[in-house]
Amino acid sequence: MKLGRRGFLQVAGIAGTAAIAGTARASSHASLDAKGEHESAMLVDTTLCAGCRGCEAACAEANGLPAPASDEAVKGVRRDTAPEVFTVVNAFGPIGHDGDDRFAKRQCMHCIEPACASVCMVRALDKTPEGPVVYHGDRCLGCRYCMVACPFEVPKYQYDKLAPLVRKCTFCASRQKEGKKPACASVCPTGALTFGKRAALVELAKGRIYRNPEKYVHHVYGEHEAGGTDWLYVSDVPFEQLAMKTVRDDPYPDKVQGALSAPPFVMTLWPPLLMGLYAFAKRRDALNGNGHHNGHGGAPAEKEDSHG
Amino acid sequence: MDSTAVAATASWQVWFREKILLGMDLRTYLRSLFTPLNALAAVLIVFGLTVLVYRFAAGLGASTNLSQAQPWGLWIGFDMMSGIVLAAGGFTLGSAVHLFGMHEYHPIVRPAILTAFLGYVLAVVGLMADLGKPWNFYNMMVTPGSASALFEVACCVLMYTTVLLLEFLVPVFEWLGWRKVHERLEKAMLALTVLSVVFSTMHQSALGSLFLIAPAKLHPLWYSPYIFIFFFISAICAGISMVIVEGSLTHRIFQHRITGAHADMDKLQIGLGKAGAIVLFAYFFLKMQGVAEGEHWDLLLTGWGAWFLVEIVGFVLVPSLLYGYGARYKKVKLVRTAAVLTVIGIVLNRLNVSVIAYNFDKPTHYVPSWMEVSMSIGLVTLGVVAFRWIANRMPIMSEDPNFAGGEF
Repeated sequence: MKLGRRGFLQVAGIAGTAAIAGTARASSHASLDAKGEHESAMLVDTTLCAGCRGCEAACAEANGLPAPASDEAVKGVRRDTAPEVFTVVNAFGPIGHDGDDRFAKRQCMHCIEPACASVCMVRALDKTPEGPVVYHGDRCLGCRYCMVACPFEVPKYQYDKLAPLVRKCTFCASRQKEGKKPACASVCPTGALTFGKRAALVELAKGRIYRNPEKYVHHVYGEHEAGGTDWLYVSDVPFEQLAMKTVRDDPYPDKVQGALSAPPFVMTLWPPLLMGLYAFAKRRDALNGNGHHNGHGGAPAEKEDSHG
Repeated sequence: MDSTAVAATASWQVWFREKILLGMDLRTYLRSLFTPLNALAAVLIVFGLTVLVYRFAAGLGASTNLSQAQPWGLWIGFDMMSGIVLAAGGFTLGSAVHLFGMHEYHPIVRPAILTAFLGYVLAVVGLMADLGKPWNFYNMMVTPGSASALFEVACCVLMYTTVLLLEFLVPVFEWLGWRKVHERLEKAMLALTVLSVVFSTMHQSALGSLFLIAPAKLHPLWYSPYIFIFFFISAICAGISMVIVEGSLTHRIFQHRITGAHADMDKLQIGLGKAGAIVLFAYFFLKMQGVAEGEHWDLLLTGWGAWFLVEIVGFVLVPSLLYGYGARYKKVKLVRTAAVLTVIGIVLNRLNVSVIAYNFDKPTHYVPSWMEVSMSIGLVTLGVVAFRWIANRMPIMSEDPNFAGGEF
């Protein structure tokens, strides 16, 4: 087959269009405020949490979930969130220097640059400019890549449903739109949960540590974890003792950026390169005086295959 | 009027007998199907398809051992990841012959492309079974999440499967005797081959990029910032090796389907073995580079390290040396052994990355349910049977002499 100029342009054109489509993606991600300082956020002061689990009940009610298990049922059990449980308060103890239990609330961390949303190929998980990472079940096709991606292992899947959904804390995005606090924060009786803007809460957290340097661990969990999360934690015991994962500081979507910047180059460079090699091969055949039709049967007929 | 209708029916019957029933009448044909191997294949396929139906009737929870900690299991690790990498022979051989002018391999391009096409179709079927709501697939176009490596995989797999379908249609049109459209398609083949390389480069590597986002979950010996390069190079290894494995089997089984001159299969396989030795050793070297770059040498002394060495020495280094030795001293049996080892090794790698070494630090580990296993086996069997059905009817093992002169 002869490659005319037109044929070449067709191939190049297809590749070029694809390459432009490819570059568009690089800019589509993270048009958000880089530090997330204006996002709504939550500070969890684990030294103030009494483990009443009122937040669990409020969360269940606000999200139409079954009422949380009784105190007796959860005693001594390390629980995780589940498709019908968006938040859990686990007891750890006695680990405090006062010989008491400590409690840690667990839910979606609402990352500033969420891994889950970055890997979702239908944007079912989406980072809103206001802060919450929300989920559109009608878009989701159930690949569960978000569960693979999330460093905090938050998204949970309804394996038992025929039209399953990914389930996780919504940060009460709809309540926030109405100007209300998330359900959990609105019922917390001890002040362990403080709702506000992220920049202000980071300062508040650091202020508490600064004023009480002997009491607090000198670390705001979530300030830098996974590139920063909208849920922030302070504690008087090491975070590992509260089963909070050690998570690296750089944003997770960045890990894929290098690999994902390759397609435009592949699409623009491969076709001309391959065409060049094709032209070389053609030329070589012509010089050798054997049109490649000779190659069709492989070997000459008398070279009958012996083992076939 | 009547007589033309009768003639039409008759000619249709003749066509059906010749093209579909292999020249037998219906009863003889059906009787010829009753062989022990066919019976086994039928059982496996029926079993697998029953599980497929059950999965959609009862849900993923009832049919699989997937959990909140292990969202991807056998259907992703084997059907999808391994299915696609083993189908890499299509673009590897297609580009070698059609672009790089290695015409001596022409006789084995068509089987490679057919294998690739069936592999991709079955991988997509496996993926559909694994997706929670596959009917929402169109949302990829409505609300594209283009920052996702999976988006890249999905787009490229979709497009490449289309390319493979078009490439496969060449022998189909020869079989049907449709000259005009066959001619048209042949004109597009060069562009299709270029596209097959472009799409394959992207999605074979992007399948590795999928795991870049999970650095803490995948064992550090398998996690690497360069995993997408490992995946691409190993796809070429798998492609070459699959062509050798399948060539050894099909050339014997479908000998009666080869018209014209027979290719010297031993010679071709030794040639492929030479390529396999080089690419596979490069892959071994890169994997070691990955260990060095991450400074994970100490991990090689752990249990996971031993398992890593099984994969990387037993199924990468050893076959690459076997390939080299076999190609150098023209020992085709060694080349074939190396090919089998490589195929196992690449599948093992994909399973390690997506299932086995994933969640390596979790106390409980995922083991596939019998239903997951039987569906995977069923799909593979379906692929083999489909290959056989097609190769027995269409000009796959060698092209139709009536269409000789075409390039592809």
